[in-house]
Amino acid sequence: MTKTSNQELLVAAIKDGTVIDHIPSSRIFEVVGLLGLQGLGSAVVVGCNLESGQMGKKSIIKVADKFFSPEEVDRLSVVAPGATLSIIRDYNVVEKHQVKLPAVLRGIVRCDNPVCVTNNEPMPSRFHVVSPSKVRCHYCEHEQELSKVQIQG
Amino acid sequence: MHARKSFVSIAGLSRKDILHLITMAAEAEREPNRKILDGRIVATLFFEPSTRTRLSFETAANRLGAKVIGFSDPKVTSSTKGETLNDTIRMVSNYADVIVMRHYLEGAALYASEIADKPVINAGDGAHQHPTQTMLDLYSIYKTQGTLDDLDICLVGDLKYGRTVHSLIQALRHFSPRFHFVAPRELAMPEVYKQQLTEWGIPFEEHTELDAQAIGSADILYMTRVQRERFQDLAEYEKVKNLYVLRASMLSAARNNMKILHPLPRVNEIAYDVDDTPFAYYFKQAENGLYMREAIICDVLGIKL
Repeated sequence: MTKTSNQELLVAAIKDGTVIDHIPSSRIFEVVGLLGLQGLGSAVVVGCNLESGQMGKKSIIKVADKFFSPEEVDRLSVVAPGATLSIIRDYNVVEKHQVKLPAVLRGIVRCDNPVCVTNNEPMPSRFHVVSPSKVRCHYCEHEQELSKVQIQG
Repeated sequence: MHARKSFVSIAGLSRKDILHLITMAAEAEREPNRKILDGRIVATLFFEPSTRTRLSFETAANRLGAKVIGFSDPKVTSSTKGETLNDTIRMVSNYADVIVMRHYLEGAALYASEIADKPVINAGDGAHQHPTQTMLDLYSIYKTQGTLDDLDICLVGDLKYGRTVHSLIQALRHFSPRFHFVAPRELAMPEVYKQQLTEWGIPFEEHTELDAQAIGSADILYMTRVQRERFQDLAEYEKVKNLYVLRASMLSAARNNMKILHPLPRVNEIAYDVDDTPFAYYFKQAENGLYMREAIICDVLGIKL
C-alpha cells in the first residue's frame, strides 16, 4: 500500500462523496471557507501537513455525500490550482481529475484596485487568466498574482 | 445580444477603426452643423466634474441637432442617496439614445455598456481610460502631419500616471511610431508599457532632459501636466513639478513640421510665449475634440458621415 493511501486511511474513508487532495497546507482553511464546508451537515474530514512526495507538505479534505458543482470547482482552482478531485461512490473512486483554472473567473476573485467598479457596485467580478500565475480584471485591467488574490465574498 | 456599439476603450480599436473615425471627424469639421440627430437624445452623465470634456460633448451633440439631458454634478443625483450605477444606467437608457459617461471608478464605462441597451461613450473612467481624448490626439496628429505613419513622437512629463500617454502609445502601435520619453525617474514610463512596446517591435528612447536633441528629433511634442493629486508625498511633487517648462527660446532646433500638443489644462509646463509660435497646436487640438466627438456620437449610432 502506498504512503498516500495509508494517509488517506488515517483520515477515514467515505462511502460516497468527494476527496480533494494535494491542497497546499498554507491554504487549507481558505479552501474550507470558500467551499462553505463549515456549514455542511455531512461528515467533513480535514487532514493537514501530510507528507507529499511532490509538495513536501500537503493537505486533504474528504467530504461525505457532497459532489461539487463546476462553479465550486472553479473557486477551488484559484486557491489550490494543483489539487486533485476524486469522486467516491460506494468506497470506490469512480472519477479523478486535477482541477484546472478556467480562462475566465466570474465572481470569485476580489480586485485589488480599490477604485475598480467591481469593489463599489453590487456586481460579480470578472477576471481573465493571462498566465498560470496571473489574472487581469476585465473592468479596470489591473493584474494580480494568483497566489495573492483574495476571494470575493 | 444588443445591436448597439459602445465606445469605452482604445484597446480594441484597429488601424482601420482609427482611420475610419479620423475620416468621419474630418467630415464633421468640414460641416460641423448638421441636423442629422434631430429628435435624438444624448445623456451626459458626469459622476465626476469635468467642464471641458462635458462642454465638448454637449456642443457636439447640439451641433448635430440632438437634445442633451444629464447632470454635471454628482451631488444632485440619486447616487448620493445610495443608488447604484446599475440602476442609474438602466433608468437613463430608457430615456436617451446615447449615454456619455464620466465616472471616478475604473471600469465603470465598460460595466455601464454591459447594462445599458443604448450605446455608452466613455468620457473618462478614473485613471483608467479616456478614449475620446486619445482619438482627438490622433486626429490632431493626422491633421498636422498628414499621416499617422512613421512619426517621431516625444512624450514629456508625467509618463507614469498620465493615462493619455498610455492610451496614445496603445493606439499608435498600429502606425510604426518611434517614441522618445522625457520624464524624471520618479515619473518614468512604467515597465509594463515598455515591455509591450518591445513585444510590438516599436523602438523607444528614454531621456531625463527636455533639451534641443529631444525637441529636434520630434514630429510631435506631447506635453503633459504633472498632477499634484497623484502624489502621496508632496515633497516628491515639489521636486518634479517645475522640471520641464517649455519656452519659445527652446524651439530653435525644432523641425518645421513639429507641433506641440497638450491635453490641457496646462499649469506652467508650456510658457505663454510658446502660444504665438507656429509650433503651438494645443488650442486647435481642443477644438478638434469637438469634431472627433461628433464623429464618435454618430459612429455609435451607426450613422456614417
